[in-house]
Amino acid sequence: MTMLDIHNLHVRVGGKPILQGIDLCVNAGEVHAIMGPNGSGKSTLARALSGHPDYQVTEGEVSYEGRDLLAMDPEERAREGVFMAFQYPVEIPGVNNAYFLKAALNAIRKHRGQEELDAIEFMALMREKSTLLEIDPSMLTRSVNEGFSGGEKKRNEIFQMAVLEPKLAILDETDSGLDIDALKLVANGVNAMRSPERAIIVVTHYQRLLDYIVPDVVHVLSGGRIVKSGDRALALELEDKGYGWLEPEAAAAAPAAKA
Amino acid sequence: MTTATRTIEELANREYQYGFVTDVEAETVPKGLSEEVVRLISEKKREPAWLLEWRLKAYRTWLAMTEPTWQNVRYPAIDYQDIIYYSAPKKRPTLNSLDEVDPEIRATFEKLGIPLEEQKLFAGVAVDAVFDSVSVATTFRTKLAELGIIFCSFSEAVQEHPALVRQYLGTVVPYSDNFFATLNSAVFSDGSFAYIPKGVRCPMELSTYFRINARNTGQFERTLIIADEGAHVSYLEGCTAPMRDENQLHAAVVELVALDNATIKYSTIQNWYPGDKQGKGGIFNFVTKRGKAAGVNSKITWTQVETGSAITWKYPGCILLGDNSIGEFYSVATTNNWQQADTGTKMIHIGRNTKSTIVSKGISAGHGQNTYRGMVKIGKQAHGARNYSQCDSLLIGDQCGAHTFPYLEIKNTSARVEHEASTSKIDEDQIFYCRQRGLSTEDAVNLIVSGFCREVFRELPMEFAVEAQKLLSVSLEGSVG
Repeated sequence: MTMLDIHNLHVRVGGKPILQGIDLCVNAGEVHAIMGPNGSGKSTLARALSGHPDYQVTEGEVSYEGRDLLAMDPEERAREGVFMAFQYPVEIPGVNNAYFLKAALNAIRKHRGQEELDAIEFMALMREKSTLLEIDPSMLTRSVNEGFSGGEKKRNEIFQMAVLEPKLAILDETDSGLDIDALKLVANGVNAMRSPERAIIVVTHYQRLLDYIVPDVVHVLSGGRIVKSGDRALALELEDKGYGWLEPEAAAAAPAAKA
Repeated sequence: MTTATRTIEELANREYQYGFVTDVEAETVPKGLSEEVVRLISEKKREPAWLLEWRLKAYRTWLAMTEPTWQNVRYPAIDYQDIIYYSAPKKRPTLNSLDEVDPEIRATFEKLGIPLEEQKLFAGVAVDAVFDSVSVATTFRTKLAELGIIFCSFSEAVQEHPALVRQYLGTVVPYSDNFFATLNSAVFSDGSFAYIPKGVRCPMELSTYFRINARNTGQFERTLIIADEGAHVSYLEGCTAPMRDENQLHAAVVELVALDNATIKYSTIQNWYPGDKQGKGGIFNFVTKRGKAAGVNSKITWTQVETGSAITWKYPGCILLGDNSIGEFYSVATTNNWQQADTGTKMIHIGRNTKSTIVSKGISAGHGQNTYRGMVKIGKQAHGARNYSQCDSLLIGDQCGAHTFPYLEIKNTSARVEHEASTSKIDEDQIFYCRQRGLSTEDAVNLIVSGFCREVFRELPMEFAVEAQKLLSVSLEGSVG
């Protein structure tokens, strides 16, 4: 079943066009990797899908479970099951990590007509999920991301994802800044969440993450467009050859530049 | 305009919930201030001669004083002859029990969430309710009296415990202290009085709830709390007022005295009417609060959450006289719309090894102007004195302002004084992060602000911390950008 259908998506950031016509279809149960050189628009795609106010959609449609995703506020997207693991998770001083997550979970549950979890039920859930990612319980009582190392921040994102159980998870360069052990932990967390009901979009610069989270489809972004799609072999090929060999294809895909 | 900005504006525009007026018959003195009026107030309260003398000395001193202008606030000139200095609900001459409180007034406090029936109160909180110029009810008195604790209105204390009042009145804030305190000394009408005897730990929170009701009336209450040797007490005051187009003056004085090994914790949740969105009306909250940590190892803690008033001018301070005495000041002050606050503290170190801690959190939104003004003074004899000050400002939107004026005066070389300050904005990224997790912008702002204030909220008595957090979210409604 199609979960996410992106058609001809154009996005500007600060007036500058970044995405210039993305077409992408993601089905429930699939893992898609979005790869591409720096500045190709990978993270822009992730942020536009999550509804970041700085990312202005100028053209195109996005349908999520048959609904117009672009018409929804970011919080509504979240409550409907769209989750983004941030490339740079934000610190919120003085706000307890567990408290934050409980507020988020209950906002989502309320939206879905489920009963809100009380403190005891919530703590039980936290314990279960934190074991999976080997999260130190003290991390839960610290302020949201404050004083966390880069690796801890990324693990915390995946931990939040595990607790919130989204339908569509978008990981924005979750592997950047992770050492190999942390990378494996994060990958295990993500793999544990793979299910026929859930779709995952992994945005990454490097193929390395894909050794651990094996994608069903790999897309290569260049110049704000998907220039090539393929299976896992494409990622390996990219590792071998770099992104340079795709440049001509990118140029061919672009409409003729105005003189 | 971003959604965040919109929500903040909606937040800011939420109505003040306590702006209703109660229709009670009141007994007032004629408008204006004169020696006559001072005498009249004293007479109405059947005060002893020494107290009238004290008031008159204050009044004469006040006549020669000029209103201070150094504070970083702007307001139209106050016409002191256009204020009613005494207004009291008409009532039977004496109240034998709480049941005799005027039903209209009782209903007012019910509406404010302050029921006066003891069984309905928060378990463990005794309340003194002050309506305009007088105290209308004090709960749990008998229970407290069993421990020798005196908790009553100031007027009753003058009648029933004149020696104690006379011994301590004006010993922390002298009648000549400053323009507004001196005015208060001349015309103060009522307030709360508490005395905790030697070695007694007060088993419940003492609380005073102040309500301004009458029009054109100033409220000049005076509170005096004495913790005798080894005594402990936690005290909380709350305040609201009706919405009125004109400004109303509130010039209170609070004096605290902590003797050897005594502890006083004084918490304020100030929610006077702040004025409307255009800055019309609201309370001028010009208050002098000071504690004297007179004894060895004594401790005074001020915690304040200031969300109301058109203008707030107050510097709850501590005179650290006793050796090893401790003074603490924890403050959250918010200014939204056109509110102005110039607030902070004074820590005067006199004794040896005295310690003070200052944590100030200023939140400015709308066109609000928020000033922290704090003084740390280390005297010549204050060997080993230590102070730590932390002053944080949070800006919401780009029309507001935050200002910090720390004054340090150090006369002893063994002193250690630290000052940290920061200014930050709630940024869109924080809000977006919260929204991406499913929280509304409004909830995101509340969460971020309450995180910012956490160090102060955790100093509040449990029952009130939640209340303070709610109040803060209401007062900031409509503010992030």
